[in-house]
Amino acid sequence: MREVAVIGIGQTPVGEHWERSLRHLAHDAVKAALQDAGVERPDALYVGNMLSGELTGQEHLGALIADFVGLRGIEAVKIEAACGSGAAAFRIGYMAVAGGLHDVVVVVGVEKMTDSPSEVITSALAMAADQEYEAGQGISFVALNALLMRRYMHEFDIPHDAFSGFAINAHRNAAGNPNAMFQRPVTLEAYRQAPMIADPISLLDSSPICDGAAAVVLAPTDSEIARQARQRHGIARVIASAVATDSVAIHDRRDPLFLEAVALSSYKAYEQAQVQPSDIHLFELHDAFSITAVLSLEAAGFARRGKGTLLAMDGEISIEGRIPVSTMGGLKARGHPVGATGIYQIVEVVQQLTGRAGPNQVQHAGIGMAQNVGGSGATVITHILEAAD
Amino acid sequence: MHIAREWRVRRQRYRLVGEVCDQCGRTLFPPRDTCPHCTEPAQTVQTLSGRGEVFSFSTMYDAPEGFEEYVPYTVALIELEEGPMVTAQLTDVRPEEVRIGMPVEMVTRKLRDEGPEGQILYGYKFRPRVRES
Repeated sequence: MREVAVIGIGQTPVGEHWERSLRHLAHDAVKAALQDAGVERPDALYVGNMLSGELTGQEHLGALIADFVGLRGIEAVKIEAACGSGAAAFRIGYMAVAGGLHDVVVVVGVEKMTDSPSEVITSALAMAADQEYEAGQGISFVALNALLMRRYMHEFDIPHDAFSGFAINAHRNAAGNPNAMFQRPVTLEAYRQAPMIADPISLLDSSPICDGAAAVVLAPTDSEIARQARQRHGIARVIASAVATDSVAIHDRRDPLFLEAVALSSYKAYEQAQVQPSDIHLFELHDAFSITAVLSLEAAGFARRGKGTLLAMDGEISIEGRIPVSTMGGLKARGHPVGATGIYQIVEVVQQLTGRAGPNQVQHAGIGMAQNVGGSGATVITHILEAAD
Repeated sequence: MHIAREWRVRRQRYRLVGEVCDQCGRTLFPPRDTCPHCTEPAQTVQTLSGRGEVFSFSTMYDAPEGFEEYVPYTVALIELEEGPMVTAQLTDVRPEEVRIGMPVEMVTRKLRDEGPEGQILYGYKFRPRVRES
């Protein structure tokens, strides 16, 4: 296997893009990433997306986007793994370059959600769950996570306020990210007063409906194109890439409060990278809901069971803390355009590792982890990257 | 219209028909072709009692398409007496009365209809237990 590096990044701001369609968003991110990498024509394009068929009536995004960005002729396909689609596409690109099948690959994650009415989006997102035995009962994706949060609060005797640190941290960090959807801090008082979506998940426990696209360019670390990019702005080496799965339905889990696929995927990645959780300088985790952040921190080895909320209360997850999370706002405040999120996470880790994170820069960031989750912990994709200096 | 898709799961929706694994003896709901515990293939069909306890619950204020008219409604994870867990709506109970550990039983209710000319779907919901076992 060849060692692979991210040599270029690009992203659109996350938000409600009434004026731009899915293909335009993808175009902007791909063009920015190619320019950043100094690449004109990659060998392949992989697209991470979850909902284009349901919300836009458009599938076949590989060819559509390749053509639209001026790459007609190249290999291109769409990859889907619910909210984990972005990282799933990244892994396919990584495998293609590592395996020597391609020398330069561009991966884009794109999602266009805000064109549709809310009940249609709610139904579409519920497709990440078990259609016959969860979604068919009228349960939303938010409510599935609310079931986990309620049980967690019950079993570990945790009050709702204990989760507030995740929203407060994410919003504080988003204020320093010009591409984030909510560039304003929130207070504990605002957290307490936020309206319920699915009890006990409130508006400030939940990531927003939004649009966006992010892209990266991958090449062998020892290639000439990577060497040039390294001189211009730095690159990040991929030192681990791991995927694990669990049951799609929460009711089929051995223990609903332990995200087994997070543990499997994280520990496989630690082994590949030869690191421990204490070696990780920042962790872009999947904070689609505050309970997901807590369960991920516990299963990935950053906190003991039932103790995940303490990290947020003690300031350990802030930019200056022991394990900074959601450093550019996370899913909660940067925004969660579902199929694009995995690529936003990688782009942000690369920004940190190459010293391009602006006011949110984590000092001495050498190793960063990005973890993208499809469904309520059913597909978990972990990547660990290292600064190549 | 998804008549075949709904028809295939009628035994589960109306009577909570699950399986017992011949190899490890565990009860499975819904039925599977391969036991998730021991990965053995063959199982024996068994109708479950429909009795269980609330493992967790949530009251929803935003519904998916087709369920808007029922908002707000309460959904739950039910731990069945035979072991498996099931996701279902609660019925015949006010949201503020629901608690973890509450004994519940299965009843058949309308789940939703597919528009004015579509089929009406019935299936299981769970209510606070009123029947003695």
